[in-house]
Amino acid sequence: MKAYIAKRIAYGIFVMWLVATVVFFGLRAIPGDPVRTMLGPEATDDAVQSLRAELGLDQPMHVQYIDWMTDLAMFEFGRSITKGGPVSSLLADAAPMTLSIGLIGLVFGMSIAIPAGILSATRKYEVEDYAATFISFMGLSMPAFFIGILLAVVFGVWIDLLPIFGYVSITEGFFPWLESLLLPGIAVGLPYGAIVMRMMRSSLLEVMNEPYMKTARAKGVNGRVRLYKHAAQNALIPVVTIAGIQTALLLAGSVTVEIVFGIQGLGQLLVDSILDKDYPVTQGVILVVAGILVFTNIVVDLLYTVLDPRIRYGGEQT
Amino acid sequence: MSTSQSPIDAKADEIDDVEEHLTLRKRLWGTLKRDKKSMLGAIVILSFLLVAIFAPYVAPVDPEQEYGIMEPPNTHSETADGEAYHLLGTDSYGYDIFSRIIFGARISLLVALVTVLFAFTTGTAIGLAAGYYGGWIDSLLMRYVDFQWAFPTLILAAGIIAVSGSLGVINVIIAVGVAFIDDFARLVRSEVLSLREKEYVVAARAIGMSDRRIMIKEILPNAVASLIVQVTLMIPIAILAEASLSFLGLGVRPTTPTWGLMLNEGRQFITQAWWLSIFPGFAIMIVVLAFNAFGDGLRDAFDVKEGEVLDR
Repeated sequence: MKAYIAKRIAYGIFVMWLVATVVFFGLRAIPGDPVRTMLGPEATDDAVQSLRAELGLDQPMHVQYIDWMTDLAMFEFGRSITKGGPVSSLLADAAPMTLSIGLIGLVFGMSIAIPAGILSATRKYEVEDYAATFISFMGLSMPAFFIGILLAVVFGVWIDLLPIFGYVSITEGFFPWLESLLLPGIAVGLPYGAIVMRMMRSSLLEVMNEPYMKTARAKGVNGRVRLYKHAAQNALIPVVTIAGIQTALLLAGSVTVEIVFGIQGLGQLLVDSILDKDYPVTQGVILVVAGILVFTNIVVDLLYTVLDPRIRYGGEQT
Repeated sequence: MSTSQSPIDAKADEIDDVEEHLTLRKRLWGTLKRDKKSMLGAIVILSFLLVAIFAPYVAPVDPEQEYGIMEPPNTHSETADGEAYHLLGTDSYGYDIFSRIIFGARISLLVALVTVLFAFTTGTAIGLAAGYYGGWIDSLLMRYVDFQWAFPTLILAAGIIAVSGSLGVINVIIAVGVAFIDDFARLVRSEVLSLREKEYVVAARAIGMSDRRIMIKEILPNAVASLIVQVTLMIPIAILAEASLSFLGLGVRPTTPTWGLMLNEGRQFITQAWWLSIFPGFAIMIVVLAFNAFGDGLRDAFDVKEGEVLDR
């Protein structure tokens, strides 16, 4: 168990190192002189030279690389060119908003997907199944930002129920925070829930055909216990896999949805920095997003060990 | 991801290989006839393609022609040469939304198809080489897969756009295409690994067939079913990715009529004019829905397991 956790964490660190290295060389592969692009054509040679020195770009490559890695280890991402100020504080302001949207999306998506998946599998080819399947198909076919716009038009404009602009920090109270993020959260959670629901349905259907389900039935285990204790628990393992992989979808969704709702999160930061050629910020956002995903993947891996004892005892991970 | 071959494929290997082409077409046609959902999907896809190809003839007005600003759907505007009917209204520049959606289909479908084609060819080549030779190509591919593990497609594509330094159709195709390469590479690699030691491949090697010929003539045809399914299911994802990038303002150049950009422009006016963003959104939804329905039918027809392709 400990060895397994250590292995997963080591792998996470390896992936982060890989990402940091690719970003390092990616930035240096930008055609032309990135410093001059950042400062604009009217910058003087002196200004270019001093920024180059500040970014350490006048150093030999291996020194730059070592500096880059040591800075990252201390969460130093440099300074924003257009906004001034350290990138790390911009990220610290933006990340909680994006993460909040993703979190609400996760909770919403899961709380719809699991019951709907169970319902759909137990009432296969009945009205409930068709309804759930249809909704999940719709959810899969709409980009999160479009669901966001639809929700904003319906619940924000036509029936003036929820705010459609801005973000309220959780420090100002849980309910105002939730209210400001409910629509974006649902928009992100719907496509996510759709995928998880489909997995829940097919996984549960497969498990219900297993011989041990028949045994349980023959033994006279009652239907409810059979469904929740014997079937659903085992069916959850592939669902957790998909739910873990798809956190990428939640994150990408949050990045676009926050723009619909005028929330200044990581997505806005990323788009602005790319359009302004504010490379330190772009790098920072990309590294933070990678960090979040690597972290959630490790958490999901650890969750397996709880759900599937075979992994705990060092079995093959599938 | 499972690398195992389904029992039906294993059986299919025993049957004479010459039949493969026929069965493929037959199975495809059989699915369409049997499965109403995929038939409907195919019809919708076909009509979108036709509309995109013949956009200048189908569109009621020129998409660059300016009329009154934000006219609601189902209105007319007076012009020098008679009346123009706006089925879906006009946008914040006064462009006819219906016509722009029709022209937008061109960009969206073209970008999606070329992106998937690009990812398909590079990914298949890399996957073949990695699975067949192993060694450094394989390690490099697996490290790239590790790298992608840390990114949502959209963020990776945005990063590539940042490095490429400018906006445009080509940049979008490369950015999204690169992010899709591993999907094909992994799929082909796992197929190659399961086929590499089959008797007929060993036999081909024994009679001195060249590696390239073995890969293309012996191995690849057996991976065709999963590849077709993968392509059909990647196209809608590519459409969504292009729309998302355009929506973020990182896709094609502003003022090009694309669905993502129309949504982006419309989003600022949702309180005054909902039709600006809702209709292009529905266009995306319908075409993606059609591809998903079609792809789903194909997956059943070719008996490709859900987990085997597409894990994003």
